[in-house]
Amino acid sequence: MKLVTAIVKPFKLDDVKNALELIGIAGLTVSEVQGFGRQRGHTEVYRGAEYQVDFVPKVRIEVVVSEHDAARVVDAVVESASTGQIGDGKVWVTTIDEIVRVRTGERGADAL
Amino acid sequence: MVNTGDTAWILTSAALVLLMTPGLALFYGGMVRAKSVLNMMMMSFGALALVSVLWVLYGYSFAFGNDVGGGLLGDPTEYLGLKGLMEDVTTDVGGYPVMAFVGFQAVFAIITVALISGAIADRAKFGAWMVFTGVWVTIVYFPIAHWVFDFTITEDDGTVSHVGGWIANNLAAIDFAGGTAVHINAGAAGLALALVLGKRRGFGREAMRPHNLPLVMIGAGLLWFGWFGFNAGSALAANNTAAVVWVNTLVATGAAALGWLLTEKIRDGHSTSLGGASGVVAGLVAITPACSAVSPIGAIILGAIAGVLCALAVGLKYRFGYDDSLDVVGVHLVGGLWGTIAIGFLADPDAPAGVESLFYGGSVDQLWRQVVGAVAVLVVSFVVTYVIGLVIEKTMGFRITEEDEVAGIDQVVHAESGYDFTSLSGGSGSALHQATTAKTVEGSH
Repeated sequence: MKLVTAIVKPFKLDDVKNALELIGIAGLTVSEVQGFGRQRGHTEVYRGAEYQVDFVPKVRIEVVVSEHDAARVVDAVVESASTGQIGDGKVWVTTIDEIVRVRTGERGADAL
Repeated sequence: MVNTGDTAWILTSAALVLLMTPGLALFYGGMVRAKSVLNMMMMSFGALALVSVLWVLYGYSFAFGNDVGGGLLGDPTEYLGLKGLMEDVTTDVGGYPVMAFVGFQAVFAIITVALISGAIADRAKFGAWMVFTGVWVTIVYFPIAHWVFDFTITEDDGTVSHVGGWIANNLAAIDFAGGTAVHINAGAAGLALALVLGKRRGFGREAMRPHNLPLVMIGAGLLWFGWFGFNAGSALAANNTAAVVWVNTLVATGAAALGWLLTEKIRDGHSTSLGGASGVVAGLVAITPACSAVSPIGAIILGAIAGVLCALAVGLKYRFGYDDSLDVVGVHLVGGLWGTIAIGFLADPDAPAGVESLFYGGSVDQLWRQVVGAVAVLVVSFVVTYVIGLVIEKTMGFRITEEDEVAGIDQVVHAESGYDFTSLSGGSGSALHQATTAKTVEGSH
């Protein structure tokens, strides 16, 4: 099993969610996060004092999928989240050892 | 006979000026970080509570009792507890009940103390602030209000029935609504307290961004609204002077906001909302002493210069390294000095005050009076405030601990949080928060 984690621009969340539903993904987790990559932060000015705001708001999407679905999910996210501008985000895939559905106690692929 | 028109306007103005202090609480509250918004607002509300009581007990007598000598202080016992002021004596004092004047002047005392709190945001013990408030109004504000606002009354037959303060009568400096007694006074006191308490942890290194600029904008709006009572109400009559002052208060403020925004656009590349709100306050401060002495065109010039001057002055704290957190010095001291001294250059003889200034062919006579009045209030306020602050710091301690400052003064001093950020930090919706609530309820049984 694989965990696909994507950091994307907040306004792209709806597009990504729709794209994942289209390829049959049954669930995902979303959180608001802050950080920076090559885009860096931005500068704000208050009464003439400049503040460097390092962190940019992003959305983190996490999806747990079976091994052979992982590549399709990554492609769907990349395609739907892309604007071609700097700051579009990243997607990565990690391997998961175990997964349990809390309600039934099912494990592994059955729990997906 | 009570002049009903005048009395109605004075009482209305007094209520307008009272609203300025909650307005100031919003203006200041939005400018601090989220963890200290309540303490910031409570410093204003604390001043509202305490000063209103002290004013009735002895403050009015200190400020407006018959002079005890040298124009320095009113007779503290004459109106102790406002004794003798409930009866109708309107024939003697120009058509409005003395109590209307008592109420109007009370709210000036309140806002002056509240203004100082901006210099010590995030870090003052609430109890120490309340002690400071009581001591400061008593030995700084009440006497200075006497100097500036208490006019000598000479009867028709030439006898003097009441002796007032030295700046208003002996020096004859013009301060229509409190450029010296309120703004220079609060600004100098703010500087003194900022020096006594020292810098906030991380000042000049960490970002200390305003946490809620819409609050700041609402606060600036309420201040502007209330300021029509502050300035036009100071005519103490519903008359031509009040009307001229009203228009000057409008237009100087607009010009100052433009001046501040333009300065920002040129210097920083952006005109900001905080700059707009600050420009409004800078203009209001600067026109306060001069609003009866300049023409509307003079008010535009005075306001525009105030906006530029204060926009530049708020940077001084970084250069000199004092943490005047919300720029009480940059806005109120600098704006107050400019407005008070500008009378010497811009006063129009056709305006209600009828003073001829330098630019209208007059001499330096009025200018030096303005400078002496401004400097006297600045020096006395700074020195006495510094001593009061130091005594409080050495005895009960003025400043919260560094640990409490980092945790946030609202939680530590008031046991409250200003906001419940559900979506950002797991607030009321989270299991963690619910568990905490349950424990508290259990503990209270």
